[in-house]
Amino acid sequence: MCSLALFPPPLPSGQTTLCESNNELLRCAVLLEQMSCSYIYQLMSFYINSPLSCAVVVPKWLSVSSGCTLALLRWFSSFHGSLFPHLTVTIHLIIRCFDMLAEFSQVLNWSDCVVRAFAWHPHTDKFAVALLDDSIKIYNPKSATTPTLKHRLQRSVAAVQWKPLCATALAVACQNCLLVWHVDPCSLSTRPSSGCAQVLSHPGHSPITSIAWSPSGSLLVSASPMDTAMMVWDVASESGVPLQRVGGGGVTFLSWSPDGSHVLASTPSALFRVWETRMWTCERWPCVKGRCQSGCWSPDGSRLLFTVQGETVIYALTFTDTPGSQAAAVVADLSETTFNTPDGDIIVGGEIQSLAWDPTGERLAVLLKGDPQAADRPAIIAVFKTRTNPIFELLPCGFVQGEPGTEPRLMQFHPNFQHGALLTVCWSSGRITHMPFYFLSAGVPHFGLSGSPSLPRPQERPADFAKQSLFTELMS
Amino acid sequence: MLSAEQSCWFVRKVIFWRAVASIAWAVLLLPPITAVFVIISRFSLLHPIQAVSECLSFLTSASAIFSFILLCGVIIMVGFLNLEYYTVIPTIACSKIALLGQLLHPRQFVNSLGHCIMGIIVAWCCAITVGGRYETIADPCAQGDGSPQMCLNEYHLILLLAGAFVGFSHSLLGVIYNMNYVSFHTVQQYKYLRFKGSLSLVLKCSATQALYSVRNYIVVYFFLGYIPKAWICKTLNLHLNSSVHPLDSIAGLLDLSLLYHLWISASFLLFTWHLTLLLFRVFVTEVYSFPVQSSFTEDAHQCLPTVLTDKQPMILKFLALLDLALLSQHSPSRRSEVFSLSQPGGHPHNWNAISKECLSLLADLTQRLIAYHDTVATNGRAKSLSTGSERKTSSESSVTSGTEDLMSPRPTLLMKTPASVFARSIVGCPQSPLTAPFTPDLDSPFASPALRRLTAPMDQCSPWFGTVQSPHIMRRVPKLWSTSTDSQVNGSPLASPASVPSPKQEPSKPSLLAQFLQNRKEQVKNVLAKRVLIMYLFNKLPEASSQALFADSQAHIWALEGLSYLVQSSFSEDQFGVVQTALPSILSCMLGLQEAVDRHFKLPHASSKPVRSASSMGDSTHKTLRFALRATLKTSIYRITTTFGNHLNAVKMSAEHRKRLQQFLEYKE
Repeated sequence: MCSLALFPPPLPSGQTTLCESNNELLRCAVLLEQMSCSYIYQLMSFYINSPLSCAVVVPKWLSVSSGCTLALLRWFSSFHGSLFPHLTVTIHLIIRCFDMLAEFSQVLNWSDCVVRAFAWHPHTDKFAVALLDDSIKIYNPKSATTPTLKHRLQRSVAAVQWKPLCATALAVACQNCLLVWHVDPCSLSTRPSSGCAQVLSHPGHSPITSIAWSPSGSLLVSASPMDTAMMVWDVASESGVPLQRVGGGGVTFLSWSPDGSHVLASTPSALFRVWETRMWTCERWPCVKGRCQSGCWSPDGSRLLFTVQGETVIYALTFTDTPGSQAAAVVADLSETTFNTPDGDIIVGGEIQSLAWDPTGERLAVLLKGDPQAADRPAIIAVFKTRTNPIFELLPCGFVQGEPGTEPRLMQFHPNFQHGALLTVCWSSGRITHMPFYFLSAGVPHFGLSGSPSLPRPQERPADFAKQSLFTELMS
Repeated sequence: MLSAEQSCWFVRKVIFWRAVASIAWAVLLLPPITAVFVIISRFSLLHPIQAVSECLSFLTSASAIFSFILLCGVIIMVGFLNLEYYTVIPTIACSKIALLGQLLHPRQFVNSLGHCIMGIIVAWCCAITVGGRYETIADPCAQGDGSPQMCLNEYHLILLLAGAFVGFSHSLLGVIYNMNYVSFHTVQQYKYLRFKGSLSLVLKCSATQALYSVRNYIVVYFFLGYIPKAWICKTLNLHLNSSVHPLDSIAGLLDLSLLYHLWISASFLLFTWHLTLLLFRVFVTEVYSFPVQSSFTEDAHQCLPTVLTDKQPMILKFLALLDLALLSQHSPSRRSEVFSLSQPGGHPHNWNAISKECLSLLADLTQRLIAYHDTVATNGRAKSLSTGSERKTSSESSVTSGTEDLMSPRPTLLMKTPASVFARSIVGCPQSPLTAPFTPDLDSPFASPALRRLTAPMDQCSPWFGTVQSPHIMRRVPKLWSTSTDSQVNGSPLASPASVPSPKQEPSKPSLLAQFLQNRKEQVKNVLAKRVLIMYLFNKLPEASSQALFADSQAHIWALEGLSYLVQSSFSEDQFGVVQTALPSILSCMLGLQEAVDRHFKLPHASSKPVRSASSMGDSTHKTLRFALRATLKTSIYRITTTFGNHLNAVKMSAEHRKRLQQFLEYKE
């Protein structure tokens, strides 16, 4: 079993992780903007030239003002509860919804995070970013326009996901409904009209905290912690089938296995279900301690990794064709570990916010919550190497850190990165960075190479070094 | 006849027994429902214990058992009516007059009559159950002079008539909302879970529908209640009790307890019937697994490839396609049977039969769409000549070339500009006046009316003009694809006042007589169009024709899914490369359909979403089938392009299809 003690120590303050190459994580000692290290520059310029790297910076005032509003609302409700009892219900509901979204979202500190949700398109290099002001922006390197999606009903976006096997459809989980946008990639319009969005709603099914498309693109499931039923939508005909099971009290998180055979559905209580998608029956998996916080599937859909709230370990479940009782096995222990760095002791570990497994099944990223109050317990991303043969095990790879003062909030792997894995991290500063992991996948045949694949080398243009900034910054 | 006999096996061996099982379950569920009904109808808040004991004593009485047997008979009857009237392809009325025709159809009349009678029977059972003042039809009453005689008990009568009314309105609403349409769910679930999931919806539907029915019934009874009352009194030789308030008055009908009992009885009636319908739907739409190939020749007609090609019954074809879609998606072992070669000979018979049938289904839809688009594009709106003829040539070329290559340009047809067609008919006019309207171009069902309009004045130089004109209208009938032909014959000249060619547009001056006749015709049309009722009856309902066009698209959706999943899995599983040979035709068929669907959705009303009605037992899935088909089509093409990627560049296809395919490869569709 792997534990954090085996990890290389975190970087000293001021250094950021760049990428993985030749089996180690490269770092940069200075701020990215002033970086002049030639090798790293070559490495990174591939991503500069391909507009994959981009950063979204949301004005600070937006996050501050929303935080203030929330605090005001809370105070208001506590104060007015006795004076106007009829008002409390609505206010309470608003706050309840908000808290619930923050509680069950996969994003760390969802309520004040500038990037509320992020989704790579499963087939092309474009992604959608949901921002704090409830707008969604779509970035596409092949087009100059960045469409902004706004809708009257698009409030408190908790998750976005692109429909597989489709170029246009983007599902958005909102507070009261589910929106499916149809954004034509060839269109030059920067503000698609709200007529491009389908509204799917079902009485009692709100707020929606999680959505998942079937990998075949035919069905969409949505979950709400307030609704015991999970909805399975046929989006084209806008009809939904509620799948109801007793126990658990709502559904908080959904994850569809990449081969389409299973769906993980966790509930707010210490219980999660795994649905098989052929006849839609489910297995119940009671947990001992808390609710299932996050989970991810191996690429072949045979293995499920999940974490439980209140515990600091990663469990693994194996799904085979032969039925039979089995128990989840602990594959990694992420309990708190103290590292000595030149800046002092840093404690890493604790509860896990979310998991992400790259599409080749070689890297596993784990977002650790940390403690926002204590400076020596930062939120951090720990990356593991995974190996399935001869037995399944996790091996340490390293920590991913950003600029000083920022913490990771949300992460996702690029669905089809050619040279290994590409981890996209949304930081608390509103910056989105892409972190490549160069390796040769064991599952994919490769020819005459050892070690890392040859890095894509751009043309040598030393004169431009000083002028080019590493990230293009787009103000929203 | 052989195929009819073979298809019989399925109805006989599967559908019939499924229906019987659903009826059996409905009968089994009847006792608890009746018990609940008894408790609800007799319960009183003031004496709860007494009411419960009364209920228990009633449930064991002879009259209760007799009425229960009657109810069972009604349920069995309803079940068999469901089996008799169900359909997997909804009938969609394109105009009000077509809907009226459906309602007045003799078959429907029998259905309504049956429901009326069953409604009366159920209402009688309800009257027995509720008891009290509803129990008997005749009461002894004292007349003014004190002599005892039998009087009509109006409470009993009003309940019986309510049953008849609710039964009748149920059967009428069944036609309007397509309640006999059995739709298939996208999410496969076990029968029990499906039933459980829909139960609350059925309860809600029944209660609301009962509420509306009772409201309507009370209005009807208020105005017309004296007719049945007088009739019953006369036939049964009963008297009207003058001391009691008559019920067809405002005071009589404002009796809350009466209204409650009417509503409860109507809800009970509708709930038992809807439950039977729900069970029937759940049982009939259950997946049936056909063997892909059989080692015995006598079972060959039950195998998937043979069953798919059967035209009748439709349920068999639908279940076969559903099975194909599921096997292509979920079961590798059955897929390998599809890809296998025949043992002596080594031919991929299974794959050939399956792919051929799916492709012919899709090509059929493509042709239908093209033909429809052609008529709409030129009929309703006055199109300019050039666009109309362009559409004509392109559609003609695609239709004639069929599935192999829908887009291959036919130079001869493309060169035939409207002017040349036109010129030829000018030349032909004086010599043989009758040949001109029967030239192949005009005879083709896809020829645009715009062209005909142009050639029509040329024929007018003949004395045959009057008779030639009417075949013109007649020949438009098969061209307008629609379910309601009666609206077409009358409706098409009505609906298109704008399409009448004005003399200015015509290149050559028609004769005076022709112009006179033309004007007359136009006047008649205008006069007819101004009559509101006729307009109301004959006007096409918006998007109804579009719905009718895609009424059976569930079959196409499964065909698309089945084909695309099979092609996708063939990438790794097809050992002999049997799929590779069909890949070009599959791709061109799908791309051709994609083009036709895209063009269809540009028509007005085609892309407007229907209003969703959640609280009705009628299934509205058919209203959104076209959207589902469009989405499935795109997904299917993407499924093939993402699997094969750049390998598809090696597939032979026309330039236009390659362009379209490139859009898919670049994720720009």
